Amino acid sequence: MTATLALPQDYPNTGRPVPGPVASLRGVGFSYGQVKALQHVDFDVRPGELVALLGPNGAGKTTAVHLLLGLLKPSAGTVSVCGGNPVHSEVRTRIGAMLQVAKVPETLRVKEHIDLFSSYYPQPLPLPQTLAIAGLESIGDRLFGELSGGQRQRVLFALALCGDPDVVFLDEPTVGLDVEARRTLWVEIRNLVARGKTVLLTTHYLEEADALADRVVVIHQGKIIAEGTPAEIKQQTAGKLIRCLSRLDIETVRSLPGVLEVARDRDAIEIRAAEAEPILRELFARDPHLANVEVSSAGLEEAFLALTQDRNAETKSRRA
Amino acid sequence: MTTLSTALATPTLSRPLGRTVTIYLKEAKYEFLKSLRLRAYSFSTIGFPLMFYILFGLVMGKQSIGDVNLTKYLLATYGTFGIMGASLYGTAGALAAERGLGWLQVKRASPMPPFAYFTAKVVKSMIFSAVVVLLLFFLGFTFGGVSMPAPDAVRLFAILVAGSLPFCAMGLALGYFLGPNSAPAILNMIYFPLSFCSGLWIPFIFLPRLMREIALFLPPYHLAQLALSVFGAGQPESAWSHWGALIGFSLICLGVARFGLHRDSGKTYG
Repeated sequence: MTATLALPQDYPNTGRPVPGPVASLRGVGFSYGQVKALQHVDFDVRPGELVALLGPNGAGKTTAVHLLLGLLKPSAGTVSVCGGNPVHSEVRTRIGAMLQVAKVPETLRVKEHIDLFSSYYPQPLPLPQTLAIAGLESIGDRLFGELSGGQRQRVLFALALCGDPDVVFLDEPTVGLDVEARRTLWVEIRNLVARGKTVLLTTHYLEEADALADRVVVIHQGKIIAEGTPAEIKQQTAGKLIRCLSRLDIETVRSLPGVLEVARDRDAIEIRAAEAEPILRELFARDPHLANVEVSSAGLEEAFLALTQDRNAETKSRRA
Repeated sequence: MTTLSTALATPTLSRPLGRTVTIYLKEAKYEFLKSLRLRAYSFSTIGFPLMFYILFGLVMGKQSIGDVNLTKYLLATYGTFGIMGASLYGTAGALAAERGLGWLQVKRASPMPPFAYFTAKVVKSMIFSAVVVLLLFFLGFTFGGVSMPAPDAVRLFAILVAGSLPFCAMGLALGYFLGPNSAPAILNMIYFPLSFCSGLWIPFIFLPRLMREIALFLPPYHLAQLALSVFGAGQPESAWSHWGALIGFSLICLGVARFGLHRDSGKTYG
């Protein structure tokens, strides 16, 4: 598994000239007291790109976004956005941000929130355009407190883009939304890129990174563990999980071509493989009593477990 | 491709003065609207002092303190009580909630001039203070038989509204150290005892001796004395000692608030 990983330093390898990054972290570390939230993190977001920072909860995604916004000071390394330090407001006029927030003032109208944030920027979008882009035309006069979860997220999205910034950071933009609201926001995020903006979003949904991103940076326990196109990442982290009742013994199953891993779980066996169909064909051919077959996509969380277990095993063997 | 080339240009910010003024005005306007619509704030900051004044000033106000009628005397002290509530809750309550629940962080990530945020809270608190004082005047003059020359009324109003500033400073300092959920309860525990001990509810001379000695160290006492001195009902200390105490208190609070602001810069919330 580790052998096929495209590590950050191997990327990009396209051969064509690469424009300078709009946002970058270089050797960045950050600690909350004793807890190391980020260690030696390097990554770039290039102009016009949509990069997804993908990782489980607590991986350090939000910390990375806060560092890029100048809300936190790195304990090591450098942060640069639009060629400058994001703590300066001249740099901030070119950044839009959608952060996770527990409570937004509920007694202001949608239009009023947008009007206020627009005033912070030198060349904001006209209010009707901001409302249209975020799909808020019909609810501009509503108080924030009266909105549904999806509408609230779209208002925060509108606040991120109302200043017509060059780069937009979206921290878990669709967390807690239902499927429909999530898809609506996806369309709006895609439109942002179509309009020439550079976008960095964080997510813990592989599906979301897949649907939106040009490039995915996978982060786990404060370190970048993989980087590549969604297709590359999926190939490395996803795969299929087959669960069935079989009379075949584990060793036989393990010897089938394409099988990555086999484990016994109570009566059933669980087989991990890149593709399910060839293995299913073999299993049916060899075991006429094969029953209760379930095939699922291996979850991202499981893939992370597999990845980190590999890493832990490596460290142990090196120590031994 | 224009967006891409601008994305790589050198950043420059020269925000014209007019735009900066616009930001400050909008920030204050929306801060005011937000609080006005928030009934927990607007009803209680305006309602409490009026209710207390009606109960203790109008209903029971037949006595006099020296040669000043109680309804007139309490106009100054409940005025102090009113502006103190509007200022403390308007700054500390709002700041603690917005800071603790992540909203301030969203604003800090934007190019908002940070000073505009605090100025808006202070301006809003002063407007609410002015409204409370005017309503108390209305009650006192119309139903309480209070009378005073117009210049005195203007001076009393000006002292009370300016007196909002030390409590805004206090509120900003508290806002940096109170949790979003506990803030209202803790503010009540500060606001009510402080008001009582400073002689805002019961005239100073009726307080026990120990309490009168403590009162000398309490900022609301000094503001109330300044207000009372407009119609000669204050204690004999000089006005400068009261102004000095209030200015010194404000500076200490601003120092604490500044410390809180800088402490926040290296932290995250929510």
